[in-house]
Amino acid sequence: MGNIVLEKVNKCFGDVEVIPSVDLDIKDGEFVVFVGPSGCGKSTLLRLIAGLEDLTGGKIIIDGVDVSDSTPAKRELAMVFQSYALYPHMTVRKNIAFPLKMAGMDQAEIDKKVEAAAKSLNLTDYLERTPGLLSGGQRQRVAIGRAIVRSPSAFLFDEPLSNLDAALRVNMRIEITDLHKELKTTMIYVTHDQVEAMTMADRIVVLQAGDVEQFGSPLDLYNKPVNRFVAGFIGSPKMNFATGKDAEEFNAHEIGFRPEHMTVSTTEGRWKGVVSVAEHLGADTFLHVKTENAGTFVTRSDGELNINYGDTVYVSPNTDKIYRFGADGLSL
Amino acid sequence: MATKHTKTLSRLMNLPAIGLLFIWMIVPLTMAIYYSFQRYNLLKPDQRGFAGWFNYEFFITDPAFVAAIINTIVLVGGVLLITIIGGVLLGLLLNQAIVGRGIVRILFISPFFVMPTVAALVWKNMLMHPIYGMFAEIARFFGGTPIDFFATIPLLSIVIIVTWQWLPFATLILLTALQSLDQEQQEAADMDGASAFAKFRYITLPHLARAMTVVALIETIFLLSIFAEIKVTTNGGPGTDTTNLPYLVFSRALQHFDVGGASAGGIIAVILANIVAIFLIRAVGKNLEA
Ligand SMILES: Nc1ncnc2c1ncn2[C@@H]1O[C@H](COP(=O)(O)OP(=O)(O)OP(=O)(O)O)[C@@H](O)[C@H]1O
Ligand SMILES: [Mg+2]
Repeated sequence: MGNIVLEKVNKCFGDVEVIPSVDLDIKDGEFVVFVGPSGCGKSTLLRLIAGLEDLTGGKIIIDGVDVSDSTPAKRELAMVFQSYALYPHMTVRKNIAFPLKMAGMDQAEIDKKVEAAAKSLNLTDYLERTPGLLSGGQRQRVAIGRAIVRSPSAFLFDEPLSNLDAALRVNMRIEITDLHKELKTTMIYVTHDQVEAMTMADRIVVLQAGDVEQFGSPLDLYNKPVNRFVAGFIGSPKMNFATGKDAEEFNAHEIGFRPEHMTVSTTEGRWKGVVSVAEHLGADTFLHVKTENAGTFVTRSDGELNINYGDTVYVSPNTDKIYRFGADGLSL
Repeated sequence: MATKHTKTLSRLMNLPAIGLLFIWMIVPLTMAIYYSFQRYNLLKPDQRGFAGWFNYEFFITDPAFVAAIINTIVLVGGVLLITIIGGVLLGLLLNQAIVGRGIVRILFISPFFVMPTVAALVWKNMLMHPIYGMFAEIARFFGGTPIDFFATIPLLSIVIIVTWQWLPFATLILLTALQSLDQEQQEAADMDGASAFAKFRYITLPHLARAMTVVALIETIFLLSIFAEIKVTTNGGPGTDTTNLPYLVFSRALQHFDVGGASAGGIIAVILANIVAIFLIRAVGKNLEA
């Protein structure tokens, strides 16, 4: 079981209020991703759930039990740190066995569990090495191994892949997703990475300055952002915005349209502009178009597009894919 | 130093310094070796000449020699043990966020800056003196009999004084090591359900192992040659109870004016110190690799 409920969770560091008030209900077995700009309190929220920080106010309830004042060990959660936080003096085997040893399990049982975990994570050949002799991806797997042996009620990950190179990140992303499918344990995952958030999550929590802006499935967030912040944050490249006359036409204070929902033409369109950056990625082409009076827009079209830096183009949004925002930033 | 070129260059640049150090070491050493094979007593200057191994034999068979070796071991071992254990405990304490931490730290370090002679005099006359000393005063206040430290427990008294001087050093080094302990490792251990003791045993202590060997190495080098504290307080007595190897050499040279015998003692001390140093450097080296 791993149902985690946050009720009016509040956290201050001295006079600084980092988390004003957060309510969340994370269902058993769910994969929840926290995203948000740097410094918005993602790590703090995760550490509050883990019990590594004390609550200033509010309650944390795991499986119906109020654990607000419990020690980290009592909460039976496992955490994977960004720096892996492996014990450098112990071999991989001892690292993975550590939580079991602390729980007072007998040696034969420990060996069996460690071997099983090592096997499922492809670590069997490295059991007698110390972490210093492993690659980044292997260390990451050891950290995951140390987390899974205790069969926790939920896993907490704080940017676990940010120290890995791009290719390895993709692999580990898939491994973690597979692990979740196999274990069906609740996972809470903090990341900066759009792609990780969109691909891994059952539901995403978008945070800004310690507040939950929206909590929903990846496609909900993409299709129906509740406000301008979420709209701008989810999606890559970012959504384009326009105000003034263009917005008034749609009865809104501001309108937004995604790069993938724009048409580029050399002959006619809504805004005329000059290409200031052309990124040809093969499958896609991103154009940064500096328009005469509406700002710079990014467009996304297919890879065959033969338009280059300095060309004059016309861009227009698909009118049925326009997001409208009021003066308060909320979606209309 | 990656390439061959930089290696040769760095060796070349090191040469003058190494050369100077080598001369610095080799001249007195050769002289000591030379004198150790000479019959040379300042009281009988006419009886000079080659002595063969006599000086060595004489020094080693002296009953004071065995006592001196034992005293040296007790002194070095005792001080090492207390300073390392005490240093870890104090380091843990000073690593906490206590009020006035900066001041407390400076107070703790200050004994290290007191000259050994001065420290020994203060301890002898103001603290451990059986009549005027503070400890005697305290003992009388509680109705006990004051201990005559240097008469009844002379070697332990020396150990106490030297420990007082070296504890700050050990604390300082170990505190620095503690501060470099990774916070996330501690938190990971918290999540893993480790008790405070288990965290100390499995994470802090292994992390400190390297710093401990460094402390042991440096302290040993200095503790092997403790002299001022003994000279000022007990003069090596009562009997030979507090005579360590350096003090024995001193007493050969300047109390019996036996230059040959003292040189032989010096050479023996050098050999013993080197044996200890080799073992310690090995230990440190192994720790540094890990
Ligand atoms: N121990 C602390 N004392 C004081 N302020 C803190 C402490 N820890 C975090 N903060 C502050 O709380 C805010 C949120 O920090 P947090 O680490 O949760 O951000 P984050 O969302 O994880 O950012 P990032 O994506 O960069 O990791 C920041 O403004 C930070 O300065
Ligand atoms: Mg963070």
